[in-house]
Amino acid sequence: MITLVHFQIVSAALFSIGLYGVMARRSAILILMSIELMLNAVNINLVAVASFLDPDRFAGIIITIFVITVAAAEVGLALAIVLRLFRNRATINVDNIDLMKW
Amino acid sequence: MAWLVFVVLSGIIVGGGLGVVTTRNVVYAALFLLVSLIGVAGFYVLLLSEFLAVVQIFIYVGAIVIVLLFGIMLTRSDEYPRIADNEQWPAAVLMGLGFFTLLGLALLTYPNLSDERNEIALPTLGNSLFTDWALPFEIASLLLLIALVGAVVLAREDKKP
Repeated sequence: MITLVHFQIVSAALFSIGLYGVMARRSAILILMSIELMLNAVNINLVAVASFLDPDRFAGIIITIFVITVAAAEVGLALAIVLRLFRNRATINVDNIDLMKW
Repeated sequence: MAWLVFVVLSGIIVGGGLGVVTTRNVVYAALFLLVSLIGVAGFYVLLLSEFLAVVQIFIYVGAIVIVLLFGIMLTRSDEYPRIADNEQWPAAVLMGLGFFTLLGLALLTYPNLSDERNEIALPTLGNSLFTDWALPFEIASLLLLIALVGAVVLAREDKKP
């Protein structure tokens, strides 16, 4: 019998993996991929709660649609920024981009 | 049967995620991300929201991963294999494991409220999206337009005035 907790455990695992990726990676594109993993973990959680507990209002499913929309916009913009960064500095290693670091 | 599908999909999702954060090759990382996202689409089917599964395949697999691959292609340089992980990666492992343990303990101590997955009919979903959620829907379309214009402005070539 699959219950809500099982979905939430997988979601927590995926979120932790994404968290590790954001903290440990140094290439901007790989950090972006880790953020996508974290967004997907949150989506699993929202859809699972909507399906198990909230079938009348299903707010989780609607919010997931918006999360996917915002993720698409975010990836487009972030890659434009990475491209501009690569053109100006010839690197996408975020450790070398420390102009504003005190 | 559903249990078997669940276990296989969990393996695909978590394995793909681990592949994304451990491989040294950026293109492999994008392909691992693809695997993980398809697993998430399978989860949506298991949660009886087929519409979201189709949206997931269309937008994540069809658009986002392709855009990421374009980004890798356009910033193609020989520095990719040389960008190693941070020196603090053991601390990041500890953070990730600690966070997972904390979340897992919190989830397991919570009482189980329901065992039943419910299907939400697509017409109901559409009605709700265009009545109760009409304002966020319009704002989302505006956001997409702004992101489109912003990405074009950011990424185009400089022109001397």
